[in-house]
Amino acid sequence: MEEKNFICTACPMGCKLIVRMEGDEVVKILGNRCRKGETYGRQEAIAPQRMVASTVRIPNGFHPLLPVYTKGSIPKRRIPEVLAKIRAIEVTAPVKAEDVIIANVIGTGVDIVASRDMPEK
Amino acid sequence: MSIKKQYDVVVIGAGPGGLAAAIEAKKGGADDVLVIERDVELGGILLQCIHNGFGLQTFKEDLPGPEYAQRYINEAKSLGISFLMDTMVMDVTSQRKLYLSSKDHGYLEVEAHAIVLAMGCRERTRPQVRIPGYRPNGVFTAGTAQRWVNVEGYMPGNRFVILGSGDIGMIMARRLTFEGAKVERVLEIQSFLSGLSRNYVQCLDDWGIPLQLRHTIKKIIGKNRVEAIEAVAVDEKWNFIPGTEEIIPCDTLLLSVGLIPENELSKKAGVKLDPITGGPYVDEHFQTNVPGIFAAGNVVHVYDLVDYVSLAGVEAGKSAAEFALAEKERAARYIPLKAGKNVRYIVPHKLDKKALEQGDISLQMRVTQPIEEDVWMEVRGENNSIVRRSERYVRPGEMVTIVLKPNMAAEVEKTGMLTVDIYPKSEA
Amino acid sequence: MQEKYDYIVIGGGVVGAMIARWLSRYEGRILLIEKEADLGMGCSSANTAIVHAGYDPLPGSLKALMNVRANRMWDQLAGDLNFAFERRGDYVVAVGEEELPLVERLMQQGIKNGVPGMKMLDAAEMRARERDINPEVSGALWATTGGICDPFQVTVAAAENAVNNGATVLLNTAFQDFIWEGSRVIGVKTNRGDFFARWVINSAGIYSDEVMHKAGVRPEFFIKPRKGEYFIFDRNEVQIHNVLFPVPSSRGKGILVTGTLHENTIVGPNANIIDDKEDTSLTKEGMDELVNGARKLIPTLNLKHSIANFVGLRPMGNGPCKTPGISYNNDYIIEIPENVQGFVNLGGIESPGLTSAPAIAELVIDLMKDAGEIFIDKKDWDPIRPARPRFSKMTHQERKLLCDIDPRYGRVVCRCENVTEGEIVAEIHAPIPARTYDAIKRRTWLGTGRCQGGFDMPRVVAILARELGVSPFEITKRGNGSEYLVRTTKNVEVEDVD
Repeated sequence: MEEKNFICTACPMGCKLIVRMEGDEVVKILGNRCRKGETYGRQEAIAPQRMVASTVRIPNGFHPLLPVYTKGSIPKRRIPEVLAKIRAIEVTAPVKAEDVIIANVIGTGVDIVASRDMPEK
Repeated sequence: MSIKKQYDVVVIGAGPGGLAAAIEAKKGGADDVLVIERDVELGGILLQCIHNGFGLQTFKEDLPGPEYAQRYINEAKSLGISFLMDTMVMDVTSQRKLYLSSKDHGYLEVEAHAIVLAMGCRERTRPQVRIPGYRPNGVFTAGTAQRWVNVEGYMPGNRFVILGSGDIGMIMARRLTFEGAKVERVLEIQSFLSGLSRNYVQCLDDWGIPLQLRHTIKKIIGKNRVEAIEAVAVDEKWNFIPGTEEIIPCDTLLLSVGLIPENELSKKAGVKLDPITGGPYVDEHFQTNVPGIFAAGNVVHVYDLVDYVSLAGVEAGKSAAEFALAEKERAARYIPLKAGKNVRYIVPHKLDKKALEQGDISLQMRVTQPIEEDVWMEVRGENNSIVRRSERYVRPGEMVTIVLKPNMAAEVEKTGMLTVDIYPKSEA
Repeated sequence: MQEKYDYIVIGGGVVGAMIARWLSRYEGRILLIEKEADLGMGCSSANTAIVHAGYDPLPGSLKALMNVRANRMWDQLAGDLNFAFERRGDYVVAVGEEELPLVERLMQQGIKNGVPGMKMLDAAEMRARERDINPEVSGALWATTGGICDPFQVTVAAAENAVNNGATVLLNTAFQDFIWEGSRVIGVKTNRGDFFARWVINSAGIYSDEVMHKAGVRPEFFIKPRKGEYFIFDRNEVQIHNVLFPVPSSRGKGILVTGTLHENTIVGPNANIIDDKEDTSLTKEGMDELVNGARKLIPTLNLKHSIANFVGLRPMGNGPCKTPGISYNNDYIIEIPENVQGFVNLGGIESPGLTSAPAIAELVIDLMKDAGEIFIDKKDWDPIRPARPRFSKMTHQERKLLCDIDPRYGRVVCRCENVTEGEIVAEIHAPIPARTYDAIKRRTWLGTGRCQGGFDMPRVVAILARELGVSPFEITKRGNGSEYLVRTTKNVEVEDVD
């Protein structure tokens, strides 16, 4: 049996969770004060997810960088891959907020979209 | 864009507080709304807060800072609000006169019926002052580094130590890691985390960045550029604990040690500040002690969620519009009094037409020369006579009074100006 | 960049700049070389900014002579060179009855030195002058000829006036050795090549001993850096208008509390002799000394209101006083050595060095005249260095006119101190160009306010890069090795963390 410790981020309370695992299965969750904590603990123990925000080059933009983010969460362990994909590309202005910059990034089913409008220089 | 001499509502700062206030002021009936922003674009500090966590309350979405701002920018533009960007407000008077400076528009004066202060806050810098050692380059506040990294595309270093576990510091720890830098340590002098625990998890714990509570910096090493910092543990009184020193090699020290509401302009306008918050004393409408000057957002006190900043902006904007409209209406009710024949001056100089309905108004005056015979003292409008009284003589040494009564209000209402003439009956 | 000059001045501190300015009145090509990225980066910009009355130096010493002579020159100088200067007067405050005779003696010493306008005050009068003065005050010396200035402005203004009158200033140019013709100095070797001149003047401040040794002059003379630490206070929290000295000791004038022309209050300096001529670090012990020293004069002063600090290394030399009968071994060396021709030697110009600078420059010219140098007045010599606009000090109407003339004065870059892009650009292209952030800071006072550069830094870096035509990665705080930016984002891989 394995025990994993997390600080829950479902709400600002920050309960200290203890998740007991048998192999890949969650056996017990302790320390949560609500349902959301249980959901969080389960997810975090099995397959932690994160939202990712970064910037992408936009050489002809009003600023040289366009802030972008994942519209949804992706597996935490794949964040470096996602960042590498963002680093590898350039986009062209003008861009509008929520324009898709990379669709279905690394097959996660999640798009990377623009965080703001970016006019040309 | 032509800049008017007078606006109904002027908002200083186009961050979330200012934009929300401007939008609500416009919706609240203020026709001429002007937002002044010192940066080259709208959005305020949100433009460099590219991480998520904004808008959960307002939009029920988890948005990055720039997108939260974009929603307000789009709405503000669609409403026909005027914007002056790359413009600094140099002075605000308690009479709601503003002095502005910009490259494109020069140095301007603008008057406002109501002002909303939304200048946000600045970062605390002071701990650096009393840290022994040299003053090398490479010591920055987290926000300055954030601007470079997220907006301009520069890395101010490769290897970082962060002083302070405030949210900005933790956010930057992750951001810098995402851009290939190494964040060696986060040091927090208190025994508890300064920012949100969510950020501890997602910014520090996720990336193996060690946080040391009850630690601070004893010395900065490096003459021209930071080479290392000497960390040390402290007791509950913040005294260094000998023997706990550790040299951490790095080339950059980021300071994330607190935010201070930015109220220099508020002080100029005579706004009284609460020494505890660092921001203005305000009532439930976010009006300061100066009539017609409101304040919203981090300039009042440091908020934790931007959604609440927007709510404050809404309230301040709504109240500012109400005040502005009432001011305009009141100003329109005033008519000037003119000293006519043989009159040197009249007090009051102007009167509120509506006030006459409530009660008498005494006009007090002095004549320019003695008239030692019967005189008429006449108050007339542009095209009508209001009242005429006689006196047996008038002399400069004796003050003259004419009383306007409520039954004259109807006639006074018809005119835009009142003149008082005093002349001998023989000349009538 | 030509190689042949008539006069070369080694060292771009306030003294070197003043010497260049005085020389520029005459025919002759002048070169001033300075090893740092800007002028005045030694103790010329890290001092109390006081123009001393002259009661402090030992009667008969060269320090005393220079101090008192120079003090009279400052009004004209400030008018000509358009730098900030005010004859505010200063006080030497006696705390406790036992200090009163010391202060009275100081006044007598001042009279011997020829200092005019001094008066003894009693405790009540001193309390009336300074409301927060230590209640144990027993009296004070009031010297009305004391003044305050912006010492860096003085340095740059003098050098700019020299440049406007034909002198050349080379920054980032470090003296390495002399070039000889027999026993005559005919030039200098530097890191940027060899330069020749008929006269070379040693004004190298803390390194003046090493320079003179290379000329074989005074092998027994040594400079020891006397470290002085200072604190600057938030002008919103602390407002001391007066210039307050404690009773001096053998270590020097003591820890002052004084107003400045930037409306800040500063406390300092302490005085600790160190070995490392480059050690400008702030120390914990030094901070404690400053707190105690300040409290002696103003007990209510709280260090928590400090917003910045700085450290200056004063060149304390062991030069013997030349006046017969005076036994004193910390006097100025200002001489033309017997055994070397074409060389004017200065050494140990510590306090009152800033004050004395114009008189020292005059003396250098006189010594050269005595040695046979013929100076011919320049027909078109212009003593005036025109002032440049200071947005923060202007009225609304003046600002409007300025913005109409040049729109760049409309863009405010430093919000706290109201410094505009126009001013920054003007300093970058000034006769002594500002090429680093600190250089602009010294000239405009930008970045010294409550946000300490937080808002203006990225903007100033961008303006510097644009105006100098270099990449932002080359912009430094104070010269090579103090760059701001290391690379762009997006060009380094992110490693996995387990």
